[in-house]
Amino acid sequence: MELKYILESLLFSAQKPMSVKELRDIFANAASEENAAEEAKAFKKIKEDDLVPALEQLAAEHEAAARSYRLACVAGAWQFVTQPEFSPWLRALVGVKNRPSRLSQAALETLAIIAYRQPVTRAEVEQVRGVNVDGTMQTILERGLVEQSGRAEVVGRPALYSTTPLFLEYFGLRGLEDLPAADELRRIPIEKPVAPVTADAGLATVPPEQLRLDEAPAKPEETPASPSEPAEAS
Amino acid sequence: MSEYKVQFEVFEGPLDLLLYLIKKEEVDIYEVNLTKLATQFIEYVDLMRQFDLEVAGEFLVMASTLMYIKSRELLPVDQQVVVEVEDEGEDPRWELIRQLVEYKKFKDAAASLQTLEERQENVFPRLPGKMEFQSEAEPAKPEVGIFDLLNAVNAVLRRFQEKTSGQREIYEDKWTVSEKMEFVLKTITERATVRFSELFERAANRAEVVCTFLAVLELIRLKQLACVQPEPFAEIEVSKAIAPAEPMEVVASASEAGVQSEEKSVALPPETTAAEAEEEVEDEEEYDDDDDDDDEDEDGEEEEADNEEQKPK
Repeated sequence: MELKYILESLLFSAQKPMSVKELRDIFANAASEENAAEEAKAFKKIKEDDLVPALEQLAAEHEAAARSYRLACVAGAWQFVTQPEFSPWLRALVGVKNRPSRLSQAALETLAIIAYRQPVTRAEVEQVRGVNVDGTMQTILERGLVEQSGRAEVVGRPALYSTTPLFLEYFGLRGLEDLPAADELRRIPIEKPVAPVTADAGLATVPPEQLRLDEAPAKPEETPASPSEPAEAS
Repeated sequence: MSEYKVQFEVFEGPLDLLLYLIKKEEVDIYEVNLTKLATQFIEYVDLMRQFDLEVAGEFLVMASTLMYIKSRELLPVDQQVVVEVEDEGEDPRWELIRQLVEYKKFKDAAASLQTLEERQENVFPRLPGKMEFQSEAEPAKPEVGIFDLLNAVNAVLRRFQEKTSGQREIYEDKWTVSEKMEFVLKTITERATVRFSELFERAANRAEVVCTFLAVLELIRLKQLACVQPEPFAEIEVSKAIAPAEPMEVVASASEAGVQSEEKSVALPPETTAAEAEEEVEDEEEYDDDDDDDDEDEDGEEEEADNEEQKPK
């Protein structure tokens, strides 16, 4: 019996999304039943690491078959879900999905910063957004999308915030590594260009001719005396 | 003008406004002319005032930063160096650009989150109903509460009450709760279900009944025993708890239970008079109360049972 099809049958009948650990426990339980079938015993010692590739393969097969449903992993738990384009009919089937109102632009920006930079203090979020985030933080805390996850070991010990599993569920994400452009935005500070991209970083206008020194005539950014050079080299 | 008004409502802060202005100029963030941007930014802040919109402090801070940058440009290049390095060590232009780039990235990330949010709204999980053929197991029998058990043991005790009315007998008190626990466990291991009264059939006197009853209560607390009443007013049946305990574990916890109750009876020597045993009974039950809130009211009910018993004496 192929592992992925056993998994398929389990996920087809499961009452809730199944984590890899829960699936492994099912294999262990099935094998330790009295008069367990030989086939079930064969999977007794299966590891979580073996299940993940099988699940992924299964998901890829469903994706390739282009069915109306797919196997999704949300917040580390696997389940069958329908494809979004069939929602008009599904909405009629299950009734209006009782979903809270959509998030505001401010809430989404704040969430994005927390999601990519977590754990993060409120001040750090404010620094990136350039505005006060008290109200928005309150909203997303109440929605249970973020939670306080500790305190930063700096003066004043400000609260640190992280996203919750509900955050992953809300956006249908497998994990934080599944965030769009995760590798670019997570933790990596924005690189300072080695040399200014333009004539003078951030300054397209050339200072008036009469204010310029004789030593720096045509291209001020190339001269060693240029103001921005020492600062940027550091 | 009205077009601007609409835009204001969308801006999430000064950085957002700056990004909007840069986008309008159709230039790369790195190539933007901050001096020109400063002028436009301040025009907008003025415009906000005209519309009587509350100008947030952040906008004013940004305006002053831009003014600072703009003012620096008026100085000859060599003089800028002096002010720059000593004061902040970081080129304010670069600092602002860096902030803008960072903010832009998160704004883009927020946009993709929004796409995900809309997508997820339309995703429905498969939620199969409960599988019906699973319930081939016999229907759950009504659970037996502590009062049912007390009534049952009362009925057993009445037997001795009739016997002993009029005269008192003094027995050697040779039963311990741990012994009785072993006895009960052995009985239910031999037979799947045992009627409650069967456990007391061979009891010689009141103290032994009390001991056995305590053993039953203790085993229930340890989740080794299950008591069910097949139908209303039927006799209580005692059986092994359906807990997912493997045989090995049962043995382990049974011996552990024995150790526990032995520890308890250390407080009172196992050989006590009937009266003392009854005191022990109450002590034991108080001990239970500490562990398990389900056993509340037990003491009160037991005292009632005692009182009833004392009356005829």
